[in-house]
Formats: sequence, structure tokens, C-alpha cells
Amino acid sequence: MDEILNNAGLWIEYYTRPVREWLLDADGAGHKLALMVVAILLFVGVMGGILALVDRSRRAPGWLVTVAFVGPALAAITFGLIYPALRTIYSSFFNRNGSEFIGMDNYIQAFTQSQFQLVLRNTALWVLLVPVLATLIGLIYAVVVDRTRFEKFAKTLMFLPMSISMVGAGIIWRFMYDYKQTSAEQTGLLNQLLVMVGLDTKQFLLDSPENNFFLIIVMVWIQAGFAMTILAAAIRAIPDDIVEAARLDGLTGIKMFRYITIPSIRPALVVVLTTIAMATLKVFDIVRTMTNGNFGTSVVANEFYEQSFRQLNAGLGAALAVILFVLVIPIVIYNVRQMRISEEIR
Amino acid sequence: MISRRSRGASVAAVGGFAALALTLAACTPPPSDEDNNAGDDGDREIAEGCEAFEQYGDLSGTTVTVYTSITAPEDQPHIDSYVPFEDCTGATIEYDGSREFEAQLPVRLQSGNAPDIAYIPQPGLMASLVRDFPDAAVEVGELAQSNVAEYYDPSWREYGSVDGTFYGTPLGANVKSFVWYSPSMFRDAGYEIPQTWDELIALSDQIVADGGTPWCAGIESGDATGWPATDWLEDVLLRTAGPEVYDQWLSHEIPFNDPQVAEALEAVGSILKNPDYVNAGYGDVQSIASTPFADAGFPILDGECWMHRQASFYAANWESAQPGTTVAEDGDVFAFYFPAMSTDERPVLGGGEFTVAFADRPEVAAFQAYLTSPEWVNTKIPLHTTGGWVSANSDQDTTLYASPIDRLSAEQLADESATFRFDASDLMPGEIGTSAFWTEMVNWIASDKDNAAVLDDIEAAWP
Amino acid sequence: MTTTPPPPQTIATRVPGETDPGASLGPGGNGRGKVSRPRRGAIAKERLSSPWASGIAIVIAIMWTVPTFGLLVTSFRPSADIRQDGWWNVVTSPSFTLQNYQDAMTGSTRMVDYFINSLVITLPAVFIPISLALLAAYAFAWIDFKGRELLFVAVFALQIVPIQITLIPLLSTYNDWGLAGSFWTVWLSHSIFALPLAIFLLHNFMKDIPKSLVEAARVDGAGHVKIFFQVLLPLLMPAIAAFAIFQFLWVWNDLLVALVFGSSQDIRPLTVHIAELAGTRGQTWHLLSAGAFISMIVPVIVFLSLQRYFVRGLLAGSVKG
Repeated sequence: MDEILNNAGLWIEYYTRPVREWLLDADGAGHKLALMVVAILLFVGVMGGILALVDRSRRAPGWLVTVAFVGPALAAITFGLIYPALRTIYSSFFNRNGSEFIGMDNYIQAFTQSQFQLVLRNTALWVLLVPVLATLIGLIYAVVVDRTRFEKFAKTLMFLPMSISMVGAGIIWRFMYDYKQTSAEQTGLLNQLLVMVGLDTKQFLLDSPENNFFLIIVMVWIQAGFAMTILAAAIRAIPDDIVEAARLDGLTGIKMFRYITIPSIRPALVVVLTTIAMATLKVFDIVRTMTNGNFGTSVVANEFYEQSFRQLNAGLGAALAVILFVLVIPIVIYNVRQMRISEEIR
Repeated sequence: MISRRSRGASVAAVGGFAALALTLAACTPPPSDEDNNAGDDGDREIAEGCEAFEQYGDLSGTTVTVYTSITAPEDQPHIDSYVPFEDCTGATIEYDGSREFEAQLPVRLQSGNAPDIAYIPQPGLMASLVRDFPDAAVEVGELAQSNVAEYYDPSWREYGSVDGTFYGTPLGANVKSFVWYSPSMFRDAGYEIPQTWDELIALSDQIVADGGTPWCAGIESGDATGWPATDWLEDVLLRTAGPEVYDQWLSHEIPFNDPQVAEALEAVGSILKNPDYVNAGYGDVQSIASTPFADAGFPILDGECWMHRQASFYAANWESAQPGTTVAEDGDVFAFYFPAMSTDERPVLGGGEFTVAFADRPEVAAFQAYLTSPEWVNTKIPLHTTGGWVSANSDQDTTLYASPIDRLSAEQLADESATFRFDASDLMPGEIGTSAFWTEMVNWIASDKDNAAVLDDIEAAWP
Repeated sequence: MTTTPPPPQTIATRVPGETDPGASLGPGGNGRGKVSRPRRGAIAKERLSSPWASGIAIVIAIMWTVPTFGLLVTSFRPSADIRQDGWWNVVTSPSFTLQNYQDAMTGSTRMVDYFINSLVITLPAVFIPISLALLAAYAFAWIDFKGRELLFVAVFALQIVPIQITLIPLLSTYNDWGLAGSFWTVWLSHSIFALPLAIFLLHNFMKDIPKSLVEAARVDGAGHVKIFFQVLLPLLMPAIAAFAIFQFLWVWNDLLVALVFGSSQDIRPLTVHIAELAGTRGQTWHLLSAGAFISMIVPVIVFLSLQRYFVRGLLAGSVKG
């Protein structure tokens, strides 16, 4: 009996091999595009099929309907987020290839070795500076271009960097920072400006620690558009009566901005700051494209990749991923608490 | 190849087929892969010129995937060198080069998507891969083993072994103890090629006195930034402390920050961190860190830089700087031997890549064996029309080398009086050889970290 | 800090922009804000309208465009010129070529292949999470079941899980299933990572659809499936579009997931390839600049043509995991 079952299995494998190979091993543009269409149809089809089944049987109990609707998504989340996360936390207590339990050693290493302390310091710099600068610039820009003739165009200009990849942004800025010695013909715009005002050219990406700042600018450049959009919408939502009342009190210009606009958009500011902070924590592409983490510019997300996939230290890599996760939590708690507070006021 | 376990995943997608097959549930197993392939072209005639390939058997219909760090355009001679093998055995070689090779290979091994064969540029990386993925790497097959025993110095087998098992067969080799210069510039200025370290320093001072900047250097190399600086230290250590200390140092019998190493680093610093000596054409000492190693020697062509210490494979780069550059003793650029302390010693630092198989199939073993054979080496050498590739195979025909520098390198490798040593950073554990050693040398140059701190920090990182 | 008492917090809080007239949705509009819409222009005159403001606006606008512009100009310059001097020199000695693009697309770098890979990766990675999330969001919004609130909060909270923490275990699971090296790994990963945000976003929009519409359909004897397809789906199209753009940009521009799962040449997308090119700089600025713009053209077009929806998506759920 076993043998028959086994043979049956082999027969299945035999007959399905061409299909499996077609599904798994796509080469050539036509094949790839066809596979793409098949994948979409397959998925939409399976989902539709589940629904049709649920719908067909009039007597289907309530829970079955619920499961049909929520089940696939929850299963996917459990498989792809919850289980791997737990797995990673587990392996962060093991050595480089998971063969030996070493307790907190990976974490101790991450917090005590000077190499990783630098990484943590850089990450702190990023998480503090990027949200503040991006929000500040986004806010100022939102205010100054609001209701001008070129508002839409002006907003698109700042917003556009959001649509390109961080790899692309990294390349754009690396070109800005390009270095040649002072006496040579410059190819990087910023060094050209330095030469024009009579200064020596600068190794923007090399001189530590300020090179971190020059990388941070790239992230600010990307995120400011997001801050601007949200804050512009929030400013527009400030009710007229408040503004009228303030005006009757004699508030104008900067004061109006300081005492009316800012407090009114405070919840939006919190959302913007925390959202950017969370995105910044996980930033990896910029550092990777611009310096590869050299010259004292590595951050936790880059070090995670470095340790997991270059140094093959799975345990330490897992610990860094967990640290990343833990660092997000206070930001989220702050965010939620702020929401609560403003909801209570309401 | 699709693993057996994939069955479960794909069945859902092909339910119809499954049902069909189940109803047929036969008592006999289905025809296997091997039966399939034996079919049509089983007994091919051995084609003309294919006699040397007879030993590999008929491999029609099989495919071997090769994964390397060598990308276009340097990959073309490789791809072309497989043609005789493909023509004679019927196998297909699929070449895939990626600059992210070192980062991606572990990922591919981890995800079970291993290439059949990978060209691994460092024995240290090979050792950690073998130890981390013990089931992935396949021991070298018999045919390749006997080739290596026959055509290579026994030390190569040692470099390719991990814990006594032979995994990596030698592929290419290079000689790192070279200083690139412009023969015509030297002639016009009346400079002699230095024969000893002291003469080298004297020449450097002479160039400075004549108003030039003698050296240009660059250690930027993407992910691997810093390696050219580690070569400098190794090359100098071989000279100041000798091969025995060098061996003790790389196997950590003496600490990384041993006083003799500190002395060598001091000597490297007397050139690389001497603002009078560097960095011709690029700027100050610091610019070494951001100058791509691939471009670093180019100021020689503009007459801005006099000397650039880099391996034999740098020969291939000149063409991209200025098409038509001739690499020869009487040409635009050439290299002289990086001098030792005295003319009595002749230490040579070198490196090489290794071929490791990750699949236990006959065609893979055959291809690995082919890559160790003189047939392959002698096919490949002439394909490098501008040079830049050297083999350590003893049965090669050195007259085939198009580039005199390659011929010189091949001769250096075969020279009995020279003391050959493999690049130490390539043999050290990954934590050092591809991490701390690189990054600390970068710090040494980029942020002027002092000698002792650099060596202490590398020592501290030793696993 | 301030002597003026803070004004009452009238803005809908969790989603600050929901009161933006442009962002209201469906027949009933946005029910949660309950804010009188501001009359346009009322505040404007009080704003810092001075030459200073224009000056600041112009300076920032320049800072946000010049870097891109510089690389764009560079990508059209002959490679010899690129190495010789800065792109601003085109003003005095203009010389342009399409050679860089030709080299990048069809030369030894074969960017055409990677472009197709990017496309093949991105589209299913947009469709799959939307179809899954639509169903789940519907259940969270309109089906009463035990533990609904708790489950929804849990899904919402999962947005903060950094994907880094999931990568290695996922990699070994795919391996066990024999999927490694195929498009499926990338599709599945992106889809799963997108689910929490997608569910949250679509749920928010679904909640805003007036209950009466759903009730009316129910009275007519429509089941969940019918209500979903006939009543809700048409109203949700703008929301779906908003998320689709978001996800499209995210996947197309992603580097990390692609590096980890999409390493083999057959499925390697543009971002990975360009990041690789960037690894060896110096000689390759002409390829790098052209390649960068080849990778940017699609997201920029998508973005510009559908900006309205994108902004709406941002305003409705600005927490991406």
C-alpha cells in the first residue's frame, strides 16, 4: 500500500513537473509576463472561488462566511509576519549558525562593542534629525506656497522625490557630493559651489561624523514632501471661526502661525513626526547605495543586512532586527498616546 | 532542480493534474530524469578536436549554472572559454555574474537556490560557507582532484581545503607584488627602477624633490572597500618580517597587533599617509579612501602620478581609462616588482579564485574538472586579448599570454626562487578578512585613526 | 509655553487630513471628522505673505529639484564629458547624446531584462494584497463576529513590525517549499508585508460608507458576497486606487526584499541592478545616471498621473510598516 501511495506521489510529480517548472522557473520576457498574468488570475480566481462557494450554499453558517472573508488574510499574516518574527526573536539568542544557545550575548555584543555603538549612535542621529528637519521644511514650504498661483506645481516639486526609489535618490545625491581635488575641474555641484566661494573641496561622504548628516539630508529630501502634504491638509482644516476669533484678538502673521496654526495641527504634526521616524529607523537603501556603511555611517538596518547576509552571523543579525523592532515600539506608544489625548479633548 | 518537498506547494495550483494522476495510481514508478535524457542522442560521435573531452562522457541536455562576481565586460573571456566544453560534451553552461556576489551567494545557499558552481574569490569565504552550510558544498570529484595534483603546486590544494576536505579547485591566479609605472616617464626623468625598499623610498623622495607626487592609490571598492589597503600591509609585512612571521600572523599564532605588524603598518604609512607622496591626481591622503581602486592608477597616464601598487589584474583596467594604452616594458604602462628589503629575497604576494561545486551531478563534476585542465587554461589565455588573467597551472603555455605583465606574473608564480604567499586577508576568518581588517584600514586612511588603535581593534574582532 | 489657551482640537485626530474636502469619499463623505469645512481663502490672507515667503519657497523648490535635474542632464551627456567636468557646463558647451540610455538598456548591462523583472514583480504584488485585504477589511467593517475589535487592533499593530525581522525565517520556509529563486517568493513577501496597511486603509474607507446603503441591500436579501461586490466595491474604487499606487511605488522602489529574495538573475529587479552598478562608481556615471532614470520613469509617470489618489491614501493612513 505504501508503495502504491509513494508511486502515486511520484506520478503526480511526474505529470505536474512541466507545470511546476513553468510556474517556478521563468525565463524570457514572454514567459515572465505570462506567468505574471497567470499569478494574478490564479489569485483573484481562488479568492473569487472561495466567495462563490460561500455564497452558493445558502445555509452556510455565519462563522464559515467570516472565515472565508478574514481567513486568507489572517493566515498570510500569521505565516509571513507573526511566525517569522517569533522565529527571529528565538534565533537572536543563538550563535552565528544557530547551533548553540548563547543567551543575551548577541545583544551584549550589539550594545558594548564600539563598532555597534557607533551604529546605534548613527541610528539615533537619523531618527532624531530626519523627522524634525523633514517636518520643519515641509511645514514651512506648505505655509509659503499655500494658495499661491503655483501651489499645485510647487507642491509636486517637493513631492516628486517620494515617488523615486531610495536607490535612485542615493545616486542623485552621490553625484551632488562627488569629490575632486580643489585644483581639478569639479563634477559635483556642491564642491563646485565650495570652489566658487574660494574654499577647498570637501569629502562629503568621507569625513566622519558629519558625513552622517549628509546622508540624512537625502532622507529629509525624500520625506519632506510627505510632511508637507499632510500638514497642508491639516492647516486647511483649521476652522474659520478660530481664525476669525484670533484675528479679533489682534493676532497676525508669525503670531497667528505660532499660537493658532501650530496648536491646531498638533495631532497632524505628531503623526508626521512619528511616521517619518519609523520609516527612518528602517532605512537601509540610502546608506547601502551611498557609502555601503563605510566611513562610520552604518545604521542598524544596514548592519542587520551586513551581519545576516555578508558576515553570515545569523544570530547577531537576528538580534539587530529585534533591536530595530524594539526601537519602533516607544515611537508607536507615543503616537497612540497622543491620539488618545487629542481624542479625549474632543 | 526542484526539490522533492516542493510537491506540497505546487499541488494546489495543479489540482486537476493531481486528480488525474491519482486515478492512474500505478504500481510502477514513473520514468526518471536519467531515462529521459538517455533517449535521443545517446551515442554521439566524438567530434573532431574533442578527444580531450571524451573523459567527461556525453552530457547532452544537461545544464551547469555558474555564479561569479565577474560581470560584463570581463565575463566574456570566461563565457567564451566554455565553448569547447559545451560543443564537445553537449552540456550548456549558464553564466551569471553579479557584483553583489559575496552578499548574494550565502543568501542563495540559505534559500536552497544554490548555483551548481560558484567562483569564490577568497578561501576564507569558502571556509565559512562550507562550515555554515555543510550540506551545500560538494567535495571535489576524482578527475578534478587528479588534475590539481598533477598541474598545481600542492599549496593550492591546501588553500582550497576546509578542515582537511578538498572543496575548491584553483581557477585563476594573480600576483599582487607589482608597482605600476610609466616606462616612458621614468626614462624621460632619468629614474631607475628601484631594486630594494630603500631605493623605492629614495626614488619617492627624489620625485618629491623634483616637484612631483610619487604615489597614487585608491581603496574604494563598493562592498569590499578597504581591500587594496590590506594588500599593502600584507605585501610590506612579507618584506619587513618575512614569510614565517606572515604565516604565524595569518593563522593567529601571533596576535594581529604584534609589534612586527605594527612596524609593517608604520612602513605602509610612510608611503600611503605621507602627504608629500600621495594622492597624485586625486587630492590628499584621505582621498585614497574614496578613490575607486579601479581608477586609482589612471593619473599615471596623465603624467600626474608616478607609481601605483596594484596586482597584475589591473592590466585590464588601462584600456578603459584610455583606449589603446599599451601595457609593455616599452609601452605606456608597465609594472615592476614591488621591491624587497634586499635583492636576496623575493617574496611574492598573490591571490586567486576557487571553483566550488554545490551540486553533486556528473556534469557539474565534469565541468569543475575541465576548469582545472590545461585544455581550458590554454583556451582561455588567448581570449584575454588585453591581458588581465593568469593561471597557476603548471602545464600552461606561457607564450599564449597576450600581455607581457601576465606572462611575467605566470613566470613569477612558477619561479622556484620566489617565496609565494597567498593574500592573508583572504585566508583569515570572515570577521577579519572581509570585515574588520577592511573597515579598520579604511578608518586608518579616511579618519586618520592611529596605527595602534587600528591593529588593536582588528585583534579585538578576531573570533 | 503658550499664553493663549490652545484651541479646541476640532481636527479629526487619527487621520489628520480626513477633513480635507478633497479627501472625502463616497456619497456620505467622511462621517468621522464632523468638522465644518473651512471656507477657502479665509486663512490665506493672514499667512506670511511677503517677499520673504516667496524667497523661501523658491530656495526650497530649487533645493528639491536641482539634484535630480543635475543627474538628468548628466544622463544625456557623452560619457567623456561626464568625467571631464560638471553638468552645469552644458550651458556653455551643450552636447547631448542618447548613447548612455542605449548602452544601459541593451548594452552589456541589459537593463531591458531587469525592467521586465521589475514589472513582473510589481503587478501581482499589487493585486494579491488588494484582493486579500478587501475581503478582510469587509469582514472587519461589516460582519459582526467575536473578537473582531481585538483582531483588528492586532492587525493594525502589525504595521510596525520591521520587515527585517521576518526575512531569514521566510527565506528558509520558501526553500522548504521549493519556491526559492522564483517570482513567487517576492510576490508572496510583498503581499504579506502590505496586508496590515491595506486592511487598515480599506477598512477605514469601508467604515465611511453609510450604513443605510448596506442595510438596504440586506433587507433586499443580499448576502455578504452580493453586498460586497454590488454595493461596496464600486464605491471603494478610489480607495483601492489609492492603495494600489502606494503599493506600486513601494514594490517598484524596494531594495531590501528584492535583494534577499530576488537574487537570481532571472528575477532581479531594476533597483538591485542599479544598486549593484553603484557599487563600482567612477567610470560608470554615464550608465548609472541613465539607469537611475530608467528605473524612475515608471513610478514618476504613475505618480504624476494618479497623484490625487496617492495623496488621499497618504492622508487616510499614514503608517506604513
